[in-house]
Amino acid sequence: MGLLSKKDAKLITDPLADNNPITIQVLGICSALAITAQLKASIVMAISVMFVLGMGNVVISLIRNIIPSKIRIIVQLTVVAALVIIVDQVLKAFAYELSKTLSVFVGLIITNCIIMGRFEAFALGNGPWRSFLDGIGNALGYGIILVIVGFFRELLGSGTLLGFKVLGDPIEKTGLYALGYENNGFMLLSPMALIVVGIIIWVQRSRNKDLIED
Amino acid sequence: MSLKSTLHNLKEKYKGTKMAPAFNALHTFLYLPNDTTHGGTHIKAADDLKRTMNTVIMALIPCLIFGMFNAGYQHYHALGTPVDFLSWDSFSIGLIKVLPLIIVSYGVGLGIEFLFAIIKGHEVEEGYLVTGMLVPLIVPIDLPLWMLAVAVAFGVVIGKEVFGGTGMNILNPALTIRAFLFFAYPTWMSGDKVWVHGAVERANEIASGANVDVISGETILGSLAQGNGAGYSVADMFYGFIPGSVGETSTFLILLGGLFLIFTKIGSWRIMLSSVLGALVMGLIFNSVVDAGWVTVSSKFYGLMSTEFWHHLLIGGFAFGTVFMATDPVTASQTNKGKWIYGFLVGFISILIRVFNPAYPEGVMLAILLMNVFAPTIDHYVVQGNVKKRMKRLKAKTA
Repeated sequence: MGLLSKKDAKLITDPLADNNPITIQVLGICSALAITAQLKASIVMAISVMFVLGMGNVVISLIRNIIPSKIRIIVQLTVVAALVIIVDQVLKAFAYELSKTLSVFVGLIITNCIIMGRFEAFALGNGPWRSFLDGIGNALGYGIILVIVGFFRELLGSGTLLGFKVLGDPIEKTGLYALGYENNGFMLLSPMALIVVGIIIWVQRSRNKDLIED
Repeated sequence: MSLKSTLHNLKEKYKGTKMAPAFNALHTFLYLPNDTTHGGTHIKAADDLKRTMNTVIMALIPCLIFGMFNAGYQHYHALGTPVDFLSWDSFSIGLIKVLPLIIVSYGVGLGIEFLFAIIKGHEVEEGYLVTGMLVPLIVPIDLPLWMLAVAVAFGVVIGKEVFGGTGMNILNPALTIRAFLFFAYPTWMSGDKVWVHGAVERANEIASGANVDVISGETILGSLAQGNGAGYSVADMFYGFIPGSVGETSTFLILLGGLFLIFTKIGSWRIMLSSVLGALVMGLIFNSVVDAGWVTVSSKFYGLMSTEFWHHLLIGGFAFGTVFMATDPVTASQTNKGKWIYGFLVGFISILIRVFNPAYPEGVMLAILLMNVFAPTIDHYVVQGNVKKRMKRLKAKTA
């Protein structure tokens, strides 16, 4: 890797698999359950978190030496809140329908444990470039799970992907529906997202036995 | 060479290989194993897991046979050409429709059990024998087979295997399967079109312009929720000549099965009795609320609230759930006091959900699943309470 040293590259690749914020650290579950009924919403959510976490990590890292440690949580919250408002406004301006689907969950990025967790655990002790990579890496790890969950929930729950009717038309009875297939309504309910995340955790840990705790 | 020795040879041949559990299971499923326990003290009892499971299945057989007759009876009744209940006409339809449900249920369920046993290298457990028989009895007769297969796979893997297999599960697997179907394919699991064989097809024919009468096969619960009255006599409801899931309509036969389970000490009479008490108490509360005039005819809850409290025991899946599902020894409370609390709440919450949630008229399924989750907590407090009491007694004696 010319661009990134080996150590820096690990910041990006680690959270994708063996140190994934959702499946290993079990953070940020709420949004993973709430907005993954559609693939599109999952992708937008992943990008939003990537922006907030990447920028936030850089900002916190830049001012890390001048934040009084007693009030650092409040400072961190202010930074996240400012970034989230930017995301929210951009979504409302350019993708109004989508921002309605995501509704309150864009605002709730503020309370996403992954973000505060990375600020506390990484940005407060590392330089801006490495903090940026760490932020992007963790957001990618979060996003990849969201996309996987969103993919299966939309495909099995609505028979579509990104809005395209990949399995045929349920009303006109074309494609799979002509054979008697029906959409699985359970997939659209949040409990099923929890089960899908659980299955991902199961698959991941049976592939890599080192991840099994206890 | 007899079947037993063939199986035995197969078992010996595959000993120590990955496939061994599958052949062991086939062998012990049909015959007593040749090998006995060696060394140490052990208790010899005839009622092993296999015997327990078979007893429950025996208790279920009358419901199954009745369900087959009832399927055809309701079908011809809805068509307007009634046939005798005990006739080949009514039985043959039930047989053709129910047998595939049983085969799919056992095929998929046992297939997954065998697969997991081979992967994880443990013996096949008998846990699915009862589940596999319960499942066809608690689904609507026209349920598409692939849906049943998907649900059984989900129920066995997520409901049981992820927790460690038979005896480790938190939720009753049969009810997990039904709950999955219920939330995944609600159009096939509720409403007035699914309970009588042929109703869905007939509705489609009418939609495409055929000039035939619609088959209405509303369950009593559905009809009551809409304030239309039960429409069946108490005797019909008790003996089970009503539309509903395959094997849950006849309260009479379920009662016989329940007595059989109590007599053989397989099912807990505490749970059955307390659950019935819970349902009666909730029913009485609703009745008195109606009598006090707090709920008027205009309320959407009036129909079910004003149903006489003891009728609740006869309609819907309450009796079946109480006798065969709530008493599941794995997922129910284990302590005697805990069983009283657990059973009472199952009955109480069943009727509560039934009345207040017209969208999900079958409350007993959700009530049992909910109480399954709380059963270990109930047991914990019962045990702790007992420990405290004895500690006090000890202190009083030594002081």
